[in-house]
Amino acid sequence: MNITLNGRPRQTRAATLAALLDEQGLGGKVATARNGDFVPAARRATTTLAEGDQIEVVAPMQGG
Amino acid sequence: MPVFYGTEVESALLLGTAQYPSPAILAEAFRASRAGIATVSLRREQGGGQDFWALVAGLGARLLPNTAGCHTVKEAVTTAHMARELFDTRWIKLEVIGHTDTLQPDVFALLEAARILTDEGFEVFPYCTEDLTVCGRLLDAGCAVLMPWGAPIGSGRGLNNLWGLRALRAHFPEVPLVVDAGIGLPSHAAQAMELGFDAVLLNTAVAKAGDPVAMARAMALAVEAGRAACRADPMEPRDMAAPSTPVIGKAFLA
Repeated sequence: MNITLNGRPRQTRAATLAALLDEQGLGGKVATARNGDFVPAARRATTTLAEGDQIEVVAPMQGG
Repeated sequence: MPVFYGTEVESALLLGTAQYPSPAILAEAFRASRAGIATVSLRREQGGGQDFWALVAGLGARLLPNTAGCHTVKEAVTTAHMARELFDTRWIKLEVIGHTDTLQPDVFALLEAARILTDEGFEVFPYCTEDLTVCGRLLDAGCAVLMPWGAPIGSGRGLNNLWGLRALRAHFPEVPLVVDAGIGLPSHAAQAMELGFDAVLLNTAVAKAGDPVAMARAMALAVEAGRAACRADPMEPRDMAAPSTPVIGKAFLA
């Protein structure tokens, strides 16, 4: 399946958002969004991915 | 000391965490600043997020996540949702940028986003202009703090509209007010505090100084001095001189 992860095209075998994070090695303190909508951590395992999904995975970063 | 949404903070200085020469200097500058609140952001995870998290968690400051770089209501609201989970806080520094060159807030989108987020239980710190009407609407929307700019973000120009900031202070005497953005020098920070503002938020002025730790210390002193001066009820300025030494009793020597 082709998706976009943090702005980059990716091929994935993951069926859910949780599986995608595992597959891509994106652990630790992160927050997620699918197609512009926030996906809480508790819902990642039940959030299924679809062709063309835009996934954002963000982490704490420097800010002003 | 300032109280934001029922939480008293031990310092009137809020300090950003971006643009420092190194993580070690960031941590040291923070200690020197004695800031009680650190602003942080969310960005795409590219490997540095976890180390940064460990660093800010050790600063001992309360964290205020921002929605920097958001240009629409939707982006800002989704970012706030992610920030609430990531940083485990209801506080959000709400920025909705309207203009590329000045980074002036889009006050229409800001108000809409503020309304949505306060309805959802967020405690919103809106980065706004000093416009009295806009600020009044933000309060109506549920904001209990206002953060007008002093000058464009990162410009270091100080307080561009002294009259406007003074009018804002007079108009909303009970609302915690923070000058956010534009501070370049300790004198700017002191001036904001002398006007009766509750706090100042700055980042670039410290991070981009030649010696960020020394500048952090200078800012801490300035904020403290400005706050003390405001509470001391400063004299009114006048146009003409008024001798401070008594005139009566001066020896006749002409």
